[in-house]
Amino acid sequence: MQQAIFTKKLSRIYKLRGGKKTEPKELIALKDVDLEVKQGELFGLLGPNGAGKTTLIKILTTLLAPSSGEAWVAGHNLSTDPDRVRPLINMVSGGESSGYGLLTVRENLWMFAQFYGIPSQVANQRIKDLLEVVGLGDRLNTKSSDLSTGLRQKMNIVRGFLTDPEVLFLDEPTLGLDVGASRDVRRFIRSWVDQNEGKTLLLTTHYMVEADELCDRVAIINNGQVLACDTPARLKRDLQKDAIFRMEVSPLNGAGAGVFERLSGVRKVTHEAKDGSSTLEFILAEEDALGAVVNTMTQQDIHILNLQKREPTLEDVFVSLTGKSMAEVEKSGD
Amino acid sequence: MATDTGVLTRRAIKVTGWRLFIMTVIGRSYPRVVGLLRERSWFFFDIFLPVLGVSSYVFVYRAIQAPEVYVGFVVMGGAMTAFWLNVLWSMGSQLYWEKESGNLGLYIMAPNSLMAILLGMALGGLFATLQRALVITIIGMLVFGVDFQVTSYLQLFAVFSLTMVALYGMGMMTSSIFLLLGREAWHISNLAQEPIYLASGFYFPLRSLNFWVAAGASIVPLSLGLDAMRQLVFPAGSFPPFLAVPTEIGILAVLSVVFLAGAKLLLDKMERLAIAEGRLTESRR
Repeated sequence: MQQAIFTKKLSRIYKLRGGKKTEPKELIALKDVDLEVKQGELFGLLGPNGAGKTTLIKILTTLLAPSSGEAWVAGHNLSTDPDRVRPLINMVSGGESSGYGLLTVRENLWMFAQFYGIPSQVANQRIKDLLEVVGLGDRLNTKSSDLSTGLRQKMNIVRGFLTDPEVLFLDEPTLGLDVGASRDVRRFIRSWVDQNEGKTLLLTTHYMVEADELCDRVAIINNGQVLACDTPARLKRDLQKDAIFRMEVSPLNGAGAGVFERLSGVRKVTHEAKDGSSTLEFILAEEDALGAVVNTMTQQDIHILNLQKREPTLEDVFVSLTGKSMAEVEKSGD
Repeated sequence: MATDTGVLTRRAIKVTGWRLFIMTVIGRSYPRVVGLLRERSWFFFDIFLPVLGVSSYVFVYRAIQAPEVYVGFVVMGGAMTAFWLNVLWSMGSQLYWEKESGNLGLYIMAPNSLMAILLGMALGGLFATLQRALVITIIGMLVFGVDFQVTSYLQLFAVFSLTMVALYGMGMMTSSIFLLLGREAWHISNLAQEPIYLASGFYFPLRSLNFWVAAGASIVPLSLGLDAMRQLVFPAGSFPPFLAVPTEIGILAVLSVVFLAGAKLLLDKMERLAIAEGRLTESRR
């Protein structure tokens, strides 16, 4: 099968301006990224904010040049042939405010269709049909400035699909949407890929469920590096032999999660404190290790309020790869 | 949400080449033309306020008993000011606002030429501003009794057209510089706004300035355009012209070519630079 996206040792370093002399002058946003997305795949890039997902998308959509390395999209080299790539791609970002508020939904979409050379009659029919599909059929003549965030994002999603791209990039498409709107968008995305053989979709997200539910394959990215790449099932399979427990306990009172990490059989521990309690997640090499954990808690005068054993998720995969949860990475800014 | 309609699988027909260029121009000019009809506040800000400014100069000229033709200068200058402001704020710094709203990335990513986008912005802006300039001129004629005596409609049309091509070409050229700029774009536009009122002779004959100052000011096409148009609508000998009309037409033609070619070259260069430096989607790193 042909590759829709292929990158070879792709790196991007930003030169930072201003700041103190002691601070680093460069920011490594991507480091030696090798990626292969097959034609017809719905591929996910999963990682916390600041992991390098958007930088990678900008490079793949010809908006940013890599500092080193090479990339191909739809069979064309991005550095030497960006003009051949552009007619074949489109991109939608979460929370974007593109278009013009004084234009109606139809007019905004028509305008973008003109930039891709879609004749007005064809464009208007596609706009009408696509808006019906996403449940915006009755907002055709509403000014886009009068749309709610969710409806506006649906309009943006339509903009991406309107031009019938070979490779579509969706950067956090459900960012800021409520549960219902997110579900609608996800369902629409899946249908498009399923019904269009050979069309490829690259989606970035920091929502584990989204990547798990939607993607054929997922690359986990952190600090500009791809840490793992496989189907969600295979990524999780490596953790199947581990036992994963989630515990809600009384506050740790300064004991910290470190005391558990030193116990035999404990692979990883994450800790989140909230509202007078703490939530601990343990990845154990085997269930027997739980006894040592409970004993330690008793010694530390920590009370177990709730205990659940659960199946591994992509979040667990991320923790096993980085030693931290996505929330912890985002908080620490690593 | 329905997902089983044919639209998901139906292929979109697309055109390329010069047809895509024209469609892009029309597409990008559309918001500006429609904006004129939907945002009625322009009548207050773009007509009423400039007319107040024009009135103050008219009263000054009348107080010092200057020749009546100077009132006509002021009305004409006031009308043409609209084009300068349009080029400055809606062409030059527009790409900064497009970057902030997320449109710029979409423009670059699309298969069209950025020149077509800028041309669409220019034509849309020109159309909208033309309405404003006409209204200001008509109000000036009715309120202050300005009498225009056109000696050659053909030359007047040629001067106006070339002035607009050169002026908006200059706007397209400066737009490319704004591809790289962040908020400082705002300050640069502010900096360029006021001095031109003096240098271009918006409210007085260009020749009143020192010859070399006027020659330098001619880099802004409005300077020569206004001088030539005044020669064509006011009686000969009523004010000192800067250069002969045919000479000014020739210079404006050269400026048109230079600015349009410069816009194309600079735009290509700046786009490459902005992509390399990561400035297309972020103001600063």
